[in-house]
Amino acid sequence: MRGILLLAFKLLVNDKAKFTALLVGIIFAVFLMVSMTAMFTGVLYRASATVVNIGASMWVMDPSVDTVQNTIGLPAYVLDAVRSMDGVKYAVPLYSGGALVKLPTGRYQTVTVIGLDDTSLFGRPELEQGRIEDIYQENGFFVVRDAEFGKFDNPKLGAEFELNDHRGVVVGIARVASSGLYGIPTLYTTYYRALQYIPSPRFTMAYVLVEPKSPADVERIKRQVAKLGYVAVTKDEFMQKTADFLIHKTGFGINLMIMTLMSFVVGLSISGQTFYTFILENLEKFGALKAIGAKNRELVAMILFQAGFTALVGYGLGVGLCTALIGFAKLHLPDYASRISFLVLGLAFGMVLVIAGVSSYFGVRRVLRIEPFDIFRG
Amino acid sequence: MRIAIEAHGLVKGFGEGSARITALRGVDLTAGFGEMVYIVGPSGSGKTTLLSVLSGVLRPDDGKVLVEGIDIWGLDADALASLRLQKIGFVFQDFHLFPRLTSAENAAIPLILRRTDWDAAVAEGVKNLEIVGLRNRADLPPVKLSGGEQQRVAIARAIAGRPEILILDEPTASLDGDTGRNVVGFVKEHLLNEDRCIIVVTHDSRIYDFASRILKMEDGRLTGTLEAKS
Repeated sequence: MRGILLLAFKLLVNDKAKFTALLVGIIFAVFLMVSMTAMFTGVLYRASATVVNIGASMWVMDPSVDTVQNTIGLPAYVLDAVRSMDGVKYAVPLYSGGALVKLPTGRYQTVTVIGLDDTSLFGRPELEQGRIEDIYQENGFFVVRDAEFGKFDNPKLGAEFELNDHRGVVVGIARVASSGLYGIPTLYTTYYRALQYIPSPRFTMAYVLVEPKSPADVERIKRQVAKLGYVAVTKDEFMQKTADFLIHKTGFGINLMIMTLMSFVVGLSISGQTFYTFILENLEKFGALKAIGAKNRELVAMILFQAGFTALVGYGLGVGLCTALIGFAKLHLPDYASRISFLVLGLAFGMVLVIAGVSSYFGVRRVLRIEPFDIFRG
Repeated sequence: MRIAIEAHGLVKGFGEGSARITALRGVDLTAGFGEMVYIVGPSGSGKTTLLSVLSGVLRPDDGKVLVEGIDIWGLDADALASLRLQKIGFVFQDFHLFPRLTSAENAAIPLILRRTDWDAAVAEGVKNLEIVGLRNRADLPPVKLSGGEQQRVAIARAIAGRPEILILDEPTASLDGDTGRNVVGFVKEHLLNEDRCIIVVTHDSRIYDFASRILKMEDGRLTGTLEAKS
């Protein structure tokens, strides 16, 4: 069978024009599919940046909260109630909200302020510059060095700014695992400083961060929080909740899906049509092979091999091209929101298999129908 | 004379009802090893249909074909394909060479289908090209060859694996007079032997003198034997 497959290989690649056209169709489709879905994955990941960066195992919130940005204040008793629950190792409050700062240049900039529990500073970021205890200094804030750092005028330690007639001082430059989605700088401070500096509604606590005593306690904590009328979710569940909102409650997911489907259809059309044309052009030759003594299953194996080989090469090149372009983009935009996950690769691979399968199906049907007698008849 | 191929009562028609055309009307035929048998007749006489039935490519409506005593139409599709591969070599009217392969690779195709290792098959193909006088064309694709050279590559392919029966369908149709005679003459001189039977379908009277026996076909029947000058 090796010789027959080698014959199929040579018939395919020696027809440089057709092979190139086949590859281009699949590379194009794979590139679009992977880049679209990678961009979507990156955006979803960024949308949960706060969840990733804080790193708490469980989050207690109002049931109406859809995403980590859309906070609804919790009354103070919730914190005490959660702390007293079975299975809770510890629980701390978290403030998360937006604010408008005035920079030394006179420019105003919207920021996200994260207020960490004063006692534990649970959820604190890693610092590139400064010391963690400096957050307790008067007016102390950490600024996150991410894609939006420049919007805060690239501050150094000691830089000052104004927040609601309060003086703020940059005492640390932080780095986080994930940049935010909404293109605004992020500041960290203590919980009570955040409440002091930022005008707040009646309930100020955005979330209660919980560490369970053991994984077995997670469900028990959820049930107890539910009895209070609130919701407790794990870190992964909160990320999924945020993703679900973006996918199902905004047009973002639908539009990305449409674009991905269109890429698939375009790839299928180009590759399918080119492959079928390739088969038609070689139909007499396949008929001659049949007359000489090739069995149907051997011809089918040849066609499947040709389609499969082209699909795999096109998939590899398409993924490589996409990866190279994302890498290039990240050279200029370090926080470019694109993540190629195994799911993305698997989805694109599945679609390529469908393209190869459909392309070869019509080719196989045509070849199986040809009569060797037609070769004699001319 | 040992019988290579024999046919009894072959009947074959195409189409249905009033549009039905009967291409073979009870044809009986024998061809032996060491013979070069021509089947001649006007266009539409049923020569190609007869050739196809004899070579296991087209199933008859009635009748039997025995190749070295084996009833080929009693075999299943795979066994029939294997028989063609092992025992019959084809030279098609339009050659049907693969333009994307070299001449040597084209000549090696029957061996590749027999699961011979690629390199060994191509080496054998080169040897067969040498037999037909095209050793120096082994690395060229068919498009770079003349009509006569392509015909000889097709012959080299047909004799790959040393089949006992060679079928030539209109071997001179795509060639000029001299080239056609040269090719058929070459086939008779170098490929016909006591272990091989060659059947040629043609309506080219210029090559009649190479035949051992000429069977005349008309309207789906073998109507007689023309005098063979060889």
